[in-house]
Amino acid sequence: MADEESQEPELNDKQKIEITKWFLLNSPAGEIQYVAKDIQAVLKDDNLYNLAALEAFPLYNKSHMICLEIPGGVGDVLITSSGELSETEYLDPRTAQVAIIDHVKQVCTEVRPATDEELPSPYVEEFRCALDAEIIKYVDEAYPKGICSVYCIGGKDVEGPGFDFELAVVISAARHSPQNFCNGSWRSVWNVEFKDDLQMLEVRGKLQVGAHYFEEGNVQLDASHECKDSTFFQSPEDSAISICNIIRHHETEYLTSLQVSYSNLPDTTFKDLRRKLPVTRTLFPWHNTMQFSLTRDITKELGIGK
Amino acid sequence: MEAAMGLMRRIHPKHAETALSALLSLLPEHSTDLLSQVDQPLQVLCDIDSGKEFILCEYNRDADSYRSPWSNKYHPPLEDGPYPSPELRKLEIEANDVFAIYRDQYYEGGISSVYMWEDENGGFVACFLIKKDGSKSGHGRRGYLQEGAWDAIHVIEVEPEEEGTARYCLTSTIMLSLTTDDKSSGRFSLSGSIRRQMNMDFSVADGHLCNMGRMIEEMESKLRNSLDQVYFGKTKEMVCTLRPPSEVIQMRLPDS
Repeated sequence: MADEESQEPELNDKQKIEITKWFLLNSPAGEIQYVAKDIQAVLKDDNLYNLAALEAFPLYNKSHMICLEIPGGVGDVLITSSGELSETEYLDPRTAQVAIIDHVKQVCTEVRPATDEELPSPYVEEFRCALDAEIIKYVDEAYPKGICSVYCIGGKDVEGPGFDFELAVVISAARHSPQNFCNGSWRSVWNVEFKDDLQMLEVRGKLQVGAHYFEEGNVQLDASHECKDSTFFQSPEDSAISICNIIRHHETEYLTSLQVSYSNLPDTTFKDLRRKLPVTRTLFPWHNTMQFSLTRDITKELGIGK
Repeated sequence: MEAAMGLMRRIHPKHAETALSALLSLLPEHSTDLLSQVDQPLQVLCDIDSGKEFILCEYNRDADSYRSPWSNKYHPPLEDGPYPSPELRKLEIEANDVFAIYRDQYYEGGISSVYMWEDENGGFVACFLIKKDGSKSGHGRRGYLQEGAWDAIHVIEVEPEEEGTARYCLTSTIMLSLTTDDKSSGRFSLSGSIRRQMNMDFSVADGHLCNMGRMIEEMESKLRNSLDQVYFGKTKEMVCTLRPPSEVIQMRLPDS
C-alpha cells in the first residue's frame, strides 16, 4: 500500500473552528466534556478551541436541556431555549429566579430574582403554576431522575380571558454512567396553546430519546416522535389535570412502542440486514466445493436470491 | 492519535465519514494510521468489463485506483499496480465466487468482494468484504427499514506452520445502522460499529478457503448476536432506566 502523502491544503482558522464546533455539537448526551478534551488535543490550539467552544456550548446545552444546580442549594435550573432571557441568563419560573451561567464550564455562577417584566402576568401564572404542580407529580412518578419546568412562551402579558397564550412543558431526564460506558437522555417538550376563542387547548409534543453504549464498540440509539392532542379550556387546575393526562398517556404509549421496536429487532428488523441462518437452517457448506457449482447453477435456474 | 480514536468512539456512527475526513484534515501526518484504524462505511465501484460492482478498501487500492476482483484490472487504469501471484489469484477468484453465494444465503442481496496478496513471511493476507443496503428501496426483503446498512470487513492473515497446518488471524469489523419510521411510533434509529479478533490453527487439508470461510461465518454470527443482544440491549436498558415502564398508570380525574 503506497503511503498516503497529504495533498490537502493547510486548513485555515475558520475551517478549524467549524470542525471543532461540529465535534462539540455532535457529542452524545453527557459527553461533551470528554469530547472537548479530545478535540483540544487534536486541535493543539487553545485560542481557536476557545472561540469554537464559546459558540458550540450554548447550542449544545440548550438542545440537550442540561440541568444545572443553583448556588445556595435552592434547586436546579433547566437550560432550554424556552427559558432563555439572554445567552447567559435562564429563567426558573418555579422559583421566579434567573440563573446566570457559564456555558463552557457548564455551571451556574450566580442567581438573581426575576423582574416583573420577565415573568408572566398573574392570569397566565395561575395556569402555569397549576400545570407545573401536576407535571412535578407526574415526573416524580414516571422518571427516577427527571427534571421539569413549565414556561410561558407566548402571550405572557395577557391580563385576562379574551386572548390566547402558550405554555411549554419541558421534561429532561439524563443518565450518565461513564464507568459502565453507557449514557442516555430523554427529552420531551410539550407546547400547549390556550386558544381563547375556541375554548380549546392544542397540545403538541416532541419526544427525543438517545442512548450511547461504548464498551469495546460504539452503538447509539436515536429515536424521536411527534404527537398532537387537544382538550377543553377549563379552570387552571382542571386544565392542568387534562394536559398532564394527555402527556402521561402519550409518553407511556411511546415507551411501549420503543419496547416493541426493540423486541422486533432480532427476528424481524435485523433480518433485512442479515439473517441468523440461511433459509436451509444449516451452516454454509464450505467444505463442499462441488456443491458450489451445483448451487450456483440451481440458484440461477430457480432465481433464488433475487 | 489516542484523542482522535477517543473522538471516533463518541461520535455517532452515522457521522463516521464526516468525522474521519475532519480528523484527516486536522492531523494529516497521521493519515495512514487513521485510515487503517478508523472504521468507515464501504464504497463501491462498477467494473467496466463485467458490469459487476466491487467494494473499495485500502487493500485493493494503489494511489487513486482500485483493483476489481472480477477482471483483476485497476479502475482507473494503472501502469504498474501490484497484483497477486497467478496462484493466489486463482484462490482469490474461487473465494469471490464462493463468498458471493455465502453472501446471498445470509444477506439475500448485497455486494461482496475478496482481495488477497502475499506477505513477506511466505503467507498471505485475505480481505473479505460485504456491503448490504437493507432499506426498503435497497435489498431489504421485508420492507421494514427506512434505512439500513451493514458493512463487514474481515481481514485474515494466514501463516503456514509446521507440516500441514496454518495459523489464521482474523480481525473483523462490522458497521451497521438501521432506521424505522412510521406515524405511530416516530423515528427509531440504531447504529453501531464493533471490531473483534479471533486466532485459530487449522489443518490445510480442507483448503484455506474452507478454514477462512468457517471462521468468518462464526465471527459474523457472534457479532450479529452481540450487537443485537448486548449492544442494542444496553441501549434499551438505558431507556428503561430513564423512564421505567409502569404497570399501573393512574389517570387523575378532575375534581369537579
